[in-house]
Amino acid sequence: MSSFKYNNVYIKDYETIAGPKEKEGNLTYPNTSDDYYFGEERIEDAEIKMQNICLTKIIKRNKLNNHIELVVGGDLLNQITITSYNLVNRHIPFLGVYNACATFNESLIILANMINQGSITKGIAITSSHNLNAERQYRFPIEYGSPKKNYTTFTTTGAACALITREPTNIKIESSTIGTVVDYGIKDATNMGAVMAPSAAETLNKHLTELHRSLDYYDIIVTGDLGQLGSKLFLKLIKEQYNYTPKYYLDAASIIYKNEQDTYQGGSGPVVIPLVLFNKILKDSHNKKILLLATGSLHSPLMVNLKKSIPSITHAISIEVIK
Amino acid sequence: MNNTKYKKMVDNLTPKENRLLNMITSFITGGTIGVVGTLLYVNLDKIYNEELSISFVLLIIIAIIAFLTCIGVSDSLFQKFKCGLIIPITGFAHSVAASIIDYKKEGFLNMGSNAFKLAGSVLLYGIVSAIILTLIKVILNV
Repeated sequence: MSSFKYNNVYIKDYETIAGPKEKEGNLTYPNTSDDYYFGEERIEDAEIKMQNICLTKIIKRNKLNNHIELVVGGDLLNQITITSYNLVNRHIPFLGVYNACATFNESLIILANMINQGSITKGIAITSSHNLNAERQYRFPIEYGSPKKNYTTFTTTGAACALITREPTNIKIESSTIGTVVDYGIKDATNMGAVMAPSAAETLNKHLTELHRSLDYYDIIVTGDLGQLGSKLFLKLIKEQYNYTPKYYLDAASIIYKNEQDTYQGGSGPVVIPLVLFNKILKDSHNKKILLLATGSLHSPLMVNLKKSIPSITHAISIEVIK
Repeated sequence: MNNTKYKKMVDNLTPKENRLLNMITSFITGGTIGVVGTLLYVNLDKIYNEELSISFVLLIIIAIIAFLTCIGVSDSLFQKFKCGLIIPITGFAHSVAASIIDYKKEGFLNMGSNAFKLAGSVLLYGIVSAIILTLIKVILNV
């Protein structure tokens, strides 16, 4: 059993920041920049700055100086280096985690379990991704413009930070399910949606069976960064395998950009799900019971070069808005 | 659901590229670069000898595409005009310029070792096949 129910875990505050392409997209964000460099010299520093802005704002607004018990988070760059550098000299206990684009949900699950058990009273989940950093990390040099295939996704630039506490607020983390690593033999690193759709389907089923719920329990099912193709596959898979047809389903990556922005299947990256959750889903008062399925493709350039198939993982978090 | 069945499902849903349109686009863009190159060559040939004017034409094309890469427009041009714009030496120039821009913040040594990250295989196999062809030529004495 890897599903957990929580009694006293709440999201108290959150902060997001987004890049230039996201700014022109469908959503509005509290902090944006017209510049991929965010006023810094290097793109790596730009990503550190994005995380820094979010964390500093959360700390200031909640007067948390030196009272943060734990930060859990990660990013996509070499050995989650961005998050580590963001926390240099801040004197905050830190757990670095990596599950590719499922990192944010993974952080929330760790924090929620620790808070529920009473080990800590509050903690911060943090994540970020940067288009230019990720392109360089996982694919070719940034400017290397071979024509992109029309089923590719575009790594989203942004950072997100959430303060999780025992103190009751109107956003409750109600339950969660830890996913398993799934591999359906897809080898194409540009077709991330196809890689991740089966794991999203499996975790959804696992979550519902282990907690004895029907799909109708939730007002909305949200997947992280499957993209348009991935979400079509996901819907088909859950229909064929488990006979589920969600009433309201939304793929975060598919709605983040406008169609004419040439991002093909949509966004990707760990920051997609918090960006859409905090700037769209929670703002809509119809969404009371929300199931977040953060999908992560666990590939590395090394294994892709060795022609190995790509595994994926999905973690589920159920959020309830109390009014 | 097994892997083969899933693969089939993915293949069915994955949007297809319009190959014919891509081919026509590439033919036109690649051809245009060829025509421009030839026009340059014809004019340069009046001033310099044949070998020198061919080199000049190549250098001009390389310089233009490297400049476009540096100001960040090559990417979207390639996306629009497809492989026709990549094949005639331009792709090679672009890949070296792109790698250098990427690694310029990591110092001269890293910049040097990564400059041919993508173009390296073109160089290596180009030279190897040249050696093989030369050997064949020498052996057959043609």
